[in-house]
Amino acid sequence: MRSHLLLLILFAFFVSLVFAAIAKDDVREQIRYGGAMFAGFVVSAIVLGWLMYPFPL
Amino acid sequence: MRATAAEESQSGNLVLLCLASWAIPGAGHLWLGRRNKGLVFLVALPLMFAVGLSLRGRLFPFDFSDPLVLLEALADFGMGATYFLSKALGYGAGDVRAVTYEYGNAFLVVAGLLNLLVVIDAYDIALGRK
Repeated sequence: MRSHLLLLILFAFFVSLVFAAIAKDDVREQIRYGGAMFAGFVVSAIVLGWLMYPFPL
Repeated sequence: MRATAAEESQSGNLVLLCLASWAIPGAGHLWLGRRNKGLVFLVALPLMFAVGLSLRGRLFPFDFSDPLVLLEALADFGMGATYFLSKALGYGAGDVRAVTYEYGNAFLVVAGLLNLLVVIDAYDIALGRK
């Protein structure tokens, strides 16, 4: 797998899963917390990616 | 003030619990009866570590002359038995030419650090803080 986006999504999934399991005890809260964290990871990465787009390497 | 036998026994159990939790991700939670959490850690963390290895990430050596390499080695070491098993099987040599090398390192390092957080969580549960 070489897709940056897919690797980012996989990374965000694992980290969100473990953090949700550590931070919350109730399954519903875990899903809500983990989902919010996962979405935060992915959306912020995409936004930051687009913000960096105009800058040359 | 000297610790009583019960307190010493409890602190011995805590050390054993933390060691088990470090060596096998989720073992501490399973020990404490938190089965669902323990199973999540037992599956997710070694899988994340394995993804890191499959992306040709490197298990860094304990090189005291390079602080960043040393920190990465400590983070990798956080995976416990999985780290030693991977080393013994010859994985984790790393291929710096691979496109996925840095991604692999990120997966390996973060898996180790997350396992250390899991150890702290198990410790807190054992002390009744959670």
